[in-house]
Amino acid sequence: MIALLLRDLRLSVRAGGGFGLGLAFFLIVSVLVPFGVGPEAEILARIAPGILWVGALLACLLSLDRIFQLDFEDGSLDLLATAPVPMEGAVVMKALAHWLVTGLPLTLAAPLFGGLMSMAAPGHWWMFVTLLLGTPALSMIGAFGAALTVGLKRGGLLLSLLVLPLYVPTLIFGAEAATRGMAGLDATTPLLMVAGITAGSVALLPFAAAAALRINLR
Amino acid sequence: MESTRTKQAKDRWNWLWEWANPVKFMALSGKALPWVIGLTVISLTVGLVWGFFFTPEAINFGSSVKIIYVHVPSAMMAINIWVMMLVASLIWLVRRHHVSALAAKAAALVGVVMTVIALITGAIWGEPMWGTYWAWDPRLTSFLVLFLFYLGYMALWAAIEDPDTAADLTSVLAIVGSVFALLSRYAVNFWNQGLHQGASLSLDKEENVADVYWQPLVICLAGFVLLFIALLLVRTRTEVRKRRIHALEMRERMADA
Amino acid sequence: MELVVRDLTVARGGVPVLAGLGFTLGAGEVVVLRGPNGSGKTTLLRTLAGLQPPLAGEVSLPPETIAYGAHADGLKAQLSVAENLAFWASVYGTGEIEAALGDMNLSGLRDRPAANLSAGQKRRLGLARLLVTGRPIWLLDEPTVSLDTASVALFAARVRAHVAGGGAALIATHIDLGLEARVLDVTPYKADPDAGANPGAFDEAFL
Repeated sequence: MIALLLRDLRLSVRAGGGFGLGLAFFLIVSVLVPFGVGPEAEILARIAPGILWVGALLACLLSLDRIFQLDFEDGSLDLLATAPVPMEGAVVMKALAHWLVTGLPLTLAAPLFGGLMSMAAPGHWWMFVTLLLGTPALSMIGAFGAALTVGLKRGGLLLSLLVLPLYVPTLIFGAEAATRGMAGLDATTPLLMVAGITAGSVALLPFAAAAALRINLR
Repeated sequence: MESTRTKQAKDRWNWLWEWANPVKFMALSGKALPWVIGLTVISLTVGLVWGFFFTPEAINFGSSVKIIYVHVPSAMMAINIWVMMLVASLIWLVRRHHVSALAAKAAALVGVVMTVIALITGAIWGEPMWGTYWAWDPRLTSFLVLFLFYLGYMALWAAIEDPDTAADLTSVLAIVGSVFALLSRYAVNFWNQGLHQGASLSLDKEENVADVYWQPLVICLAGFVLLFIALLLVRTRTEVRKRRIHALEMRERMADA
Repeated sequence: MELVVRDLTVARGGVPVLAGLGFTLGAGEVVVLRGPNGSGKTTLLRTLAGLQPPLAGEVSLPPETIAYGAHADGLKAQLSVAENLAFWASVYGTGEIEAALGDMNLSGLRDRPAANLSAGQKRRLGLARLLVTGRPIWLLDEPTVSLDTASVALFAARVRAHVAGGGAALIATHIDLGLEARVLDVTPYKADPDAGANPGAFDEAFL
């Protein structure tokens, strides 16, 4: 299973692998929002956690369809399904690869991009922590959505329609925790909820995603 | 020639008819449908006419309050239909009863219409009550999210060609979606405490609406439940027939090959 | 180690294509599947590989014995020949790729990205994957597509060696591989879509 993780990581950094695209998208969102909202530092600082969270979520969404689609098209998903690797394990490894390539860079970059939106000092730390806790859930939920739509010709748009409502709780608790933390309020509850959603997603969704993949391969 | 062949095929499949759910379903639902439709018409007419024309105007709200006779039942059905879809999906996954999967599919459109009615009547009611058509009130927001879940569910049904695959995948989505819909409800509550009044129909609470309003409301609720059952039966019957056509077309194609 | 198929019915898109199929594939045997296009050979192989459930009947085989070779080779264009093969070798826990590279005459190409291989070379790499699985029963779907004569001979030799070592192979193919093989023509097992010979084939009473 580690081999699968290593292969996916290797593929993502090779030509056409799309590494960094999500990050670039995230940067562009963080630059465009001030253009739309205006340069007042106060307003920007206030909406920054929400914008960064939405931006990270959309950047994550961009690369979701690649999680299984390419493997489905070139037949390696068929071969993986007959290999001595449990499908659930393969799903976890693929989601982990997606997180390492997309979620983790976003988490690391968010405090930096927060500076673009005049975010004040403790805010950086809160962005980092909430995204670190929340983005694994985004990758895992996304992998589930990708597994549902893997057999479809134009699955990309449908995938967004399926996955975005599932992202609602993560987004609400994540952004709420960041906002509260930044304002110096108690952020324990939303933080725990984000962690809980991530833990629950990683524990349970691989089974749903693997079931969806098996159904799609039939 | 054609008819004898069909007859033979039927004879050969006779043993299957014993426990063939779709067949039994079609027979039973065909008989029940006129009764359900009749009851629906009666209860909705009585409930709505009573509610609209024979209840006093509320002191604070004027006649706008009467929209509860549509708003509350549709909101209740919007949630209950999703629960029904979840149960039907589970039955399909466990027992592989096709009618169950098709009923879930048939219910989705009714559910989404109920959600839209609840949202629109809520907006119309919200204007005189809160002075705005839309507020990010937790309950309104939850319904908006529920609407998105319905859309995704229906889009997935529509996107997949093979009916069994579609039934399987939408069932998985319904299960996962239910968990996340509940989470969203909790999240939205947490996110904004809201202006909505408490549930209009909790039996043990003081804030219950007065009896004069309550009695026609119960009849309307029953009417909406019956309306859903009637629509569900009609739509499921259509789905069963469509499925049958699909099966026949597949056989035809295979016979040609 | 034996693959036994009893009274098997397989379906494509919910419609039965083959019905009442039965055969045994023992160690040291090669069975060649024949039948016109669309007769259900691929569906049968996918069912045996466990990718789809049979509609009826029984497939019995010891666990972890199947290596499935599909139409598509599952190659990653951006990875080199050796990387592609090494991935599958470690998935199957064998880890050794040199012998397979040599056997399929790929040693000279080992560092070339799979994107730059010809169709025949890709196919050879796909077949080399079988060698690194270490699995005794090969299920092969048109393995010789786009192979030249020399490569077909090379492949046939590999199958012969595999079988001589106690392996077995079920091969759907149209060409003569020059192997000592039993031929299984699936045409007689074609499911009659109008007949009720396949109970459960259609959804209970969508008839």
